[in-house]
Formats: sequence, structure tokens, C-alpha cells
Amino acid sequence: MTKKIYTKEEWTEALKGLANTYKIFVPVMEGDFHTFKALDEKKIPDLDFKNTQLSPKSLVYPQSERMFEYTLDENAPDANIIKESEKDYSPQAIVGIRPCDAHAFQIVKPNFDNPEYQDPWWIKRYESTTFVGLGCNDPGPTCFCTSVGGGPFSEKGLDVLLYDLGDTFLVKALTDKGETFLKKTQGGKEADEKALKAGEELAAGAADKIEVKVQTDRLKDKVQTELFDAPFWDDVAFACINCGICTYLCPTCWCFDIQDEVLGKQGDRIRNWDSCMFPLFTLHGSGHNPRSKKVQRVRQRFMHKFKYYVDKYNNGVQCSGCGRCVRNCPVNIDIREICELMNGFLHENQ
Amino acid sequence: MKNPYLPYPVRIDKIITETEDRNLKTFRFVFLNPEDEEKFSYIPGQFAELSIAGKGESPIGIASSPTEKGHVTFTVNKVGLVTTRLHNMKEGDVMGIRGPLGNWYPWKEMEGKNVVIIGGGFAFTTLRSSIIYMLHPENRSRFKDISVVYGARNPGMLLYKDELAEWEQRDDIHMHITVDGTDDPDWKYNIGFVPTITEQKITSADNAIAIVCGPPIMIKFTQPVLEKVGFPPERIILSLEMRMKCGIGMCGRCNIGDKYVCKDGPVFSLAQLKNMPPEY
Repeated sequence: MTKKIYTKEEWTEALKGLANTYKIFVPVMEGDFHTFKALDEKKIPDLDFKNTQLSPKSLVYPQSERMFEYTLDENAPDANIIKESEKDYSPQAIVGIRPCDAHAFQIVKPNFDNPEYQDPWWIKRYESTTFVGLGCNDPGPTCFCTSVGGGPFSEKGLDVLLYDLGDTFLVKALTDKGETFLKKTQGGKEADEKALKAGEELAAGAADKIEVKVQTDRLKDKVQTELFDAPFWDDVAFACINCGICTYLCPTCWCFDIQDEVLGKQGDRIRNWDSCMFPLFTLHGSGHNPRSKKVQRVRQRFMHKFKYYVDKYNNGVQCSGCGRCVRNCPVNIDIREICELMNGFLHENQ
Repeated sequence: MKNPYLPYPVRIDKIITETEDRNLKTFRFVFLNPEDEEKFSYIPGQFAELSIAGKGESPIGIASSPTEKGHVTFTVNKVGLVTTRLHNMKEGDVMGIRGPLGNWYPWKEMEGKNVVIIGGGFAFTTLRSSIIYMLHPENRSRFKDISVVYGARNPGMLLYKDELAEWEQRDDIHMHITVDGTDDPDWKYNIGFVPTITEQKITSADNAIAIVCGPPIMIKFTQPVLEKVGFPPERIILSLEMRMKCGIGMCGRCNIGDKYVCKDGPVFSLAQLKNMPPEY
């Protein structure tokens, strides 16, 4: 696999040179936050950032996406017949994605791509995406990737990994997709032993900077119904205002709604991100609602991430440790504390 | 890649108003592309999304039996946006069906056994599918005694009245039709709630499986009756309802614990449900 060294200026130029092959997304400072934007002449990629405010989830799984289209014009021969929409699946690359956010796509994958059903839109966009990660030299205080199967230089879900060595990037291809990407990337020079060693040391040092350790080892052994009835849920939910920000910022939250929208005689079937924090999410036509209370919805979010997902997929927890929900929760609910509560829960019979 | 969200286009072939309040209608659909009928190969107990352009989709149990060829039927209660629109549609109108979805009643396990069917209100649809399926000459010998307890609020609220009358005449199925109450002096069947009639008519659980479909209150009170007769939770089969969108276990809303009602259900045994969080 290719290993190269670029000065930072060379790397930015090299990305611009890929414009005809890939649609390149890079972190850009916008207002107070970093966000992933398509690279063009006016955009200045800023790879000196902690992480983007929003995860790059939407680049594979848009917040709103047209599924189908149709005409309601009764004079048309295909009136009321729902049809697939044309979509653009030309290659794209997310450059500068943090390892936690790349890992998140791996966590989400079995929901959209499993032996029984395949979500064509998620899969096609995922497959057309090259994930070019940037290791985290300096993880933040809310980062806990090392507790949930990741790490600041984890290669999970990445095709290429960048090491920030100060004035240069060490760039390593990790998959065939990554190899293809680097073949098309101009410039740089072969990485020498010194650079590779510097990369290794950087990675080891970064992992040590994450002091928070969240235990998840006993979640698998819990009995679902017992954990469901644990006494702490009222306390956990007490401060929650069901704003849903955690679910929108979360790179591993995948729930969605399907809605029809009509303008004149033309209509679209659209899917939008949805949230288990909202009572409408589960409201039956009859008026019955299995999760009508706040505590039920809050419990659902954490049970899904740390128990249902664990039991269903045997693929770890449904959390990549990015810490966005911890940083942005308006009432300071800390997912790490709740994971600990769940992991440490002992039923009265135990 | 097959798109699991794309409905098959269908034409409404026939509409039957089932109940006196006109709130329940049966819709018979014919596939616009005949080859789609084969792709829509289903087993009694499954459901499908009825899909109306401009309105959305609604998950509804399949009321026809796979032994009835040439069409597929659904009985729909008028409740929300999609079902209200459907109730205003006419024969000949074009819409979509997406499915079949979900699992089915445990037909393999039911072979060679007595089958007890208990239904209430408009939840009788997949039970109708099951009865038609079992009574089909090719299938009848696979099952022993078939007993049915079916109740509605009053005689005018019973579904499939012609078929009920026909089944009453047959000697290979024991029908126990009941209503909560009626002022009809000519009413010749039972009067009483479904759990009460079940207690009177279903007296043995020997070699039997019970399928129960109905409103939550009916299920709640029928369950102890069946357990008293001797049905173990493994042989009490229930079909659940949930708000659904995708129908294929992806959109996240219809879960009970780590099970999705749309994909892992809607059919669960009581034994399974006892090991799941009571969130339905």
C-alpha cells in the first residue's frame, strides 16, 4: 500500500488537482464552527481543527433525500405511479474525516445493508465514497473513542489515513479504494522510515491523551427486560427537554421518516432524519403511543445504543465516542455516565 | 439492487363497504404488471404498505389468502391521512402496494394441530386470510379441528358477513361469532365479550395452537383465559401493530427491545413477548 509524504501546501494543491475525478469534501471554518463543504476555488480547507460541529453523516445519508417522484396529473399515462428518481453517484471523497466519524459508518452499515434488505441509496453513496481520515493528534476532553472500539488513529472505516506531522502529512493508503485515490493524487514523495516512525509515535501518544475510560464490557450480559426496568431511568431523563439535538448530531443515529410532498401536480416521496426523542415518532393512528412519556423516549435512545444494538449485531455499541452529544446537550446529559450506569447495573436478584 | 421501498403499481378492482358505520372497507387490488403478482408472494399473517402518491404509506395486514389468485385484498379502517384518502378512492384508481412484509403465523408448527383463532373488531383481516388458507382443499387435511371466536361491538360491525354465514354452515370449522351487545331480535349467535365466549367455547388446549388478534384490551383479558385452559405461552400467538414507515427494519420506530415489529414480527408468541420489554 502506498505511503507518501506531502507538505501541507502540496496536499491542498493535490486535492484541487483531483477535482475532475472526485467531488472532494473538506472541513471549512464557517461562522463559529467547522463543517464539511465541497472543495472549490473559494473554499479554504482547514485541517487544523478538533472536529466538525455536524458529523459528515449527511454526505452518505442526507438529512432530506428524495426517494421517488410521481405525477398526479390524471391525463398523464403514468399518473399516481411511484418511480425512482435519477441520482448522482459519481465518486466523492471526504478528506479530513476523523476516525470516530469513519467508524460510525461501520456501525451504521448493518442497519442499511443486511442479508434481508439493502437500502439502495445508502449503499450506493457509501460505495461511491472514499474516506480519507485525519488522525487526532490532540483529542478533546469529551472524546472517548478508545472506549468504544476506536482510537484517535483508528483505521476502521477509512480508506486513507493522514498523520499531521507538523509541516507535512504522512498519507497512508489502507484499502484498494484508498490506493486508487492516492494513485490519482499528484505530488508528494515516498514516505521514509523516519516519517513512518514519527507517525507511529504520534498515534501512540494521542491514544494516551484520552483519559476517560467508559466501561462497556458487561452490557452484553445484561437481561434486556431487567435493564429496561432499571431504577435510574427517571433520573437520567429528568433534565432532558427532548430537543433531539443529540440524535441529529450523532454520527450513528440513523432513524428516518418518510413523507410525501406535492407541488402542483408533481410529487416527491422524501425521507428525512427523524428522532426517537419526539412523541410523533411512535404515535399510532389510534392515538395509542408506546413511547408517549419522555422517560420512555430517553430510555429508548440509550437502550438502543448500548443494549439493543449490542444484542442484535454483536458489533460493539452504537456509539463511536465522538462526544458531540456531550458537548452540545443543552442540559448536560453525558452519554458516558449513562453507559457506565447501564454497564454497572445489577438486578436485585444478582 | 432491488429497491425495497418501491411499491408495485396496482389498480383498485373492487371496493366493499364492510361495516354499517362505513369506516371499514375492503379493497381488492389487481397488479398493473401481471408479473408483479408472483413477486408479491405472501403467507397468511404478513402485511404490506399501501402506498398512495401524494399522501404516503400505511401498513395493513393482508386479508386475502395466497390460495385466492388474481388479486390481493386489504380491509382498511379509516383513521389517518392515507386511509382517509383511500376511503375516498374509486374502483379503477391506481396506487401502490409494497411488500409482502414481516413474518407470518407459524404454519409449520400448526400442522397436525388443532387451531384456535380468536379475533376482535377489525383485527380479523389476517385471520380471514388464515381461515381461507386452511379451509382450502389442498390444505385442510394438514390441520385438525379449527375453532374460531370472532367478536365485534354489534352485528353491523362484523367483517366478511357473507363468509361468516358460509363458515357457520360448514362442519369442518367451529364458528363462535359474538357481539358485545345488540338490540336485534333476530341475532342468532352469541352475545358477550370475546374473553367470556372464549372461556365458554374453548375448553381444551390439547395439541392446540391459539392465534389471537384484536384490540389490546381484548388481548389482555383473553390471555389469562387461554392460560387457564392450559395453553402454554409458546402456543399463544399474537400479531402486533406499531407505527411504521419503512417496513423493513431500518427507520427505527417500531422496535420492542431489539426486535422490529415490521421485520421480526408482526407475529410473536406470548413466550417471546414475555422476554421483551413491555413497550407496545
